[in-house]
Amino acid sequence: MTHNLARKRTALVALAASGAFLVNACSAPGTTTESTPQASTQTSSSVQMTCGTDNITMKGYFETGFPLPKALTDEFTKQYPNVTWDIREDQFAVITQNALRVLADDPPDLMRLPSIQQAAKAGVLLNLDEYATAYGWDKWPASQLEQLRVNSAGARGDGSLYAQGLNYSLTGIFYNKELAAKIGMTEAPKTLAELDDALAKAKAAGITGIAQFNGGATGGLAFPLQNLMAAYGETAPINDWIFQKSGATINTDSNLKAVQHLQQWIKAGYFADDVNSLDYAAMMSRFTSGKSLFIFDGDWESGNFDKTMAGKVGFFLMPPLEAGGKQAAMSAPLTFGVSAKAAHPACAAFFLNWVATNETARKITVEVGGSHPMGAQDAYMPEVDANTVTGQTLAAGTKIGVDNGGMDFIANATSSIYPKSWTPNLQKLVAGEVEPDALLKSVQTDYESQIKG
Amino acid sequence: MNQPPARSHPSADRPSPHFGSRAVSARRGGVHRTSLRRGRWLGYLFILPALAFYLLFVIRPILLTFQYSMYDWNGVTKATWVGFNNYLKVFADPTLYGPVLNAFELIIFFSFIPIVLGLVTAATVRRIAESRLAGLARTIVFIPQVIPLVAAGIIWSWLLASNGLVNQLLSAIGLGGITKAWLGDFGTALPAVGMIGAWVQLGLCTLLLLAGMSKIDASLYEAARLDGAGPLREFFSITLPSLRQEIVVCVTVTVIAALSSFDIIYISTQGGPGNATLVPGLQIFYLAFSENRVGLASALAVTLMVLVLAVVLPIQLLTKEEKA
Repeated sequence: MTHNLARKRTALVALAASGAFLVNACSAPGTTTESTPQASTQTSSSVQMTCGTDNITMKGYFETGFPLPKALTDEFTKQYPNVTWDIREDQFAVITQNALRVLADDPPDLMRLPSIQQAAKAGVLLNLDEYATAYGWDKWPASQLEQLRVNSAGARGDGSLYAQGLNYSLTGIFYNKELAAKIGMTEAPKTLAELDDALAKAKAAGITGIAQFNGGATGGLAFPLQNLMAAYGETAPINDWIFQKSGATINTDSNLKAVQHLQQWIKAGYFADDVNSLDYAAMMSRFTSGKSLFIFDGDWESGNFDKTMAGKVGFFLMPPLEAGGKQAAMSAPLTFGVSAKAAHPACAAFFLNWVATNETARKITVEVGGSHPMGAQDAYMPEVDANTVTGQTLAAGTKIGVDNGGMDFIANATSSIYPKSWTPNLQKLVAGEVEPDALLKSVQTDYESQIKG
Repeated sequence: MNQPPARSHPSADRPSPHFGSRAVSARRGGVHRTSLRRGRWLGYLFILPALAFYLLFVIRPILLTFQYSMYDWNGVTKATWVGFNNYLKVFADPTLYGPVLNAFELIIFFSFIPIVLGLVTAATVRRIAESRLAGLARTIVFIPQVIPLVAAGIIWSWLLASNGLVNQLLSAIGLGGITKAWLGDFGTALPAVGMIGAWVQLGLCTLLLLAGMSKIDASLYEAARLDGAGPLREFFSITLPSLRQEIVVCVTVTVIAALSSFDIIYISTQGGPGNATLVPGLQIFYLAFSENRVGLASALAVTLMVLVLAVVLPIQLLTKEEKA
């Protein structure tokens, strides 16, 4: 009997122990309390503005397949030998999925970030305001950093600075010069009507107009769509929508015209007929093998085209409705942030400032990255041959600066607006399963429900 | 003739060998009691490593998932208790329950087609069992089961691309008119990913059925032939009824694979075009890792688990009744 009881007791204890072990005492999951982003209270004088003289190892978390960050950190170690780098690389999708957890649990000193809003809200991203003041980043053209600011209401576009860019990229239209010559296009279209005309001529000549990617979860028709939006309307309301300003809507008259124009292109057969199954790699392989007249893409490919298709590729910004009108383009910093728990935040900030101000660093940024370096308007610019694609995209960047036509990407409005709303809707537009007005309504509904959570 | 041949199934002819029944018989006998009891504890000791892993990597995650489903949580900051609200959302939002319908459609491709084709293949392979071809055929049919699902997804997304092998073959035989980007078309995307699943599951089903067939007493076929039965009659009167157990295993495994599918679809279509191939597994992944809505994702995961059990358990009960 006693024996039995003792056995029962042992069993009970074991059960209780395993139960506790199984459910972690049932407390609410999560560690840190959600904090609203707050302006830093420290003054700039307290900020350390060097990497010091001790040997330190900076922890980096970068994107696979992009050589620029590594090229910059290598050069940095050359100039500051006491700083070495321990770099981990992952695909962008993996970084997106793990950003919050990595910032909280395995804090990197410098990390490639997809979007900063949630991380800033969760309090896992370092507020860079004091460094911005100390290094004078706040004197740079405001548009360079506005996408990296989050205000106390959690909206992007203004407020405290939560990340920096290694450069800022620019999107537009690349064209194959040989195919263009075949349809008699000798220079870049100056108006939207001229672009329509080129597409019609290509169609008539049996050339695929735009082998844009639009398959899987990456609706690449968002590139031409947003360019059309900016051709038909202003950029400010589009940015307000992306930054989640209250009352912002994508469902406007000018945007409707843009979607209708895109639908005309689809119906006219200007896109590849398997556009809904093309991924980014497939688009690149079609374009580089001469099977597409145009693609809508960004200057991160400039260096690549200069190497693999030297002299055969041209670039132009989306042409305006009227000749000589203002032009706009999606333009975004190559976003890097610092974890709120980083071991060497001051050195990370020093590095970010060095990238934007050091001549060698700016040269690497242009030559390896193909995009415009961050920093002050009058900062050093390396010489680039104006006939190269890199030269053309850099010049286009200047034009966008003059026209104040920079926009963030409509895919960045919320963390899931791209895979869950833009992509399926654009794929439906291709298949004729949704009309332009319904598309905009649907995206706006998804946007509102995603913000609400 | 209708009676399936006797099978050497342990539970059919003697009490199941779990520890409870052994203890009862030990007490009844009263002999070697201590040594038997020691043996009993020894038994627990043997399952301990497996049990520990099972608790740690199966039971614990299930309980934690259930716990998370009660919270509004982004995976990092403090969670807020919301009770069953996440479950209400799952049943109210068509973008959350819509993928479930796609998953049920996949059952046709993941279960029905592989089992029917598997029966035909297994019967054919068995007929040529003596030749060398049989071994080769078995290997070829089973290879998809060995290939990682991710690799299968990549291979098939190339084969099914607009300029892929499938369309090239169609064009070569004069069917160029029906070629299309199979995975990018709203009408064909779900059947296309379904066919990838069918290709993968066929090997498993064939092998299981083939193993089942090899256990059928050859004298039954001989008797049938003496009674004048042809190959078809043999198949439907002997082979098929004898394979009930194997078929149930095939149905169970493949239905679970269909309802909880993820890998193939994530690689080949990511749920597109326009949610045409979105399945619950993928939706859970998107909710948890791209939207950081861990609570809602957990609620959908628990719902999916209950759904899979609700579909699969009746299949099990059905066979038990048949057996009795």
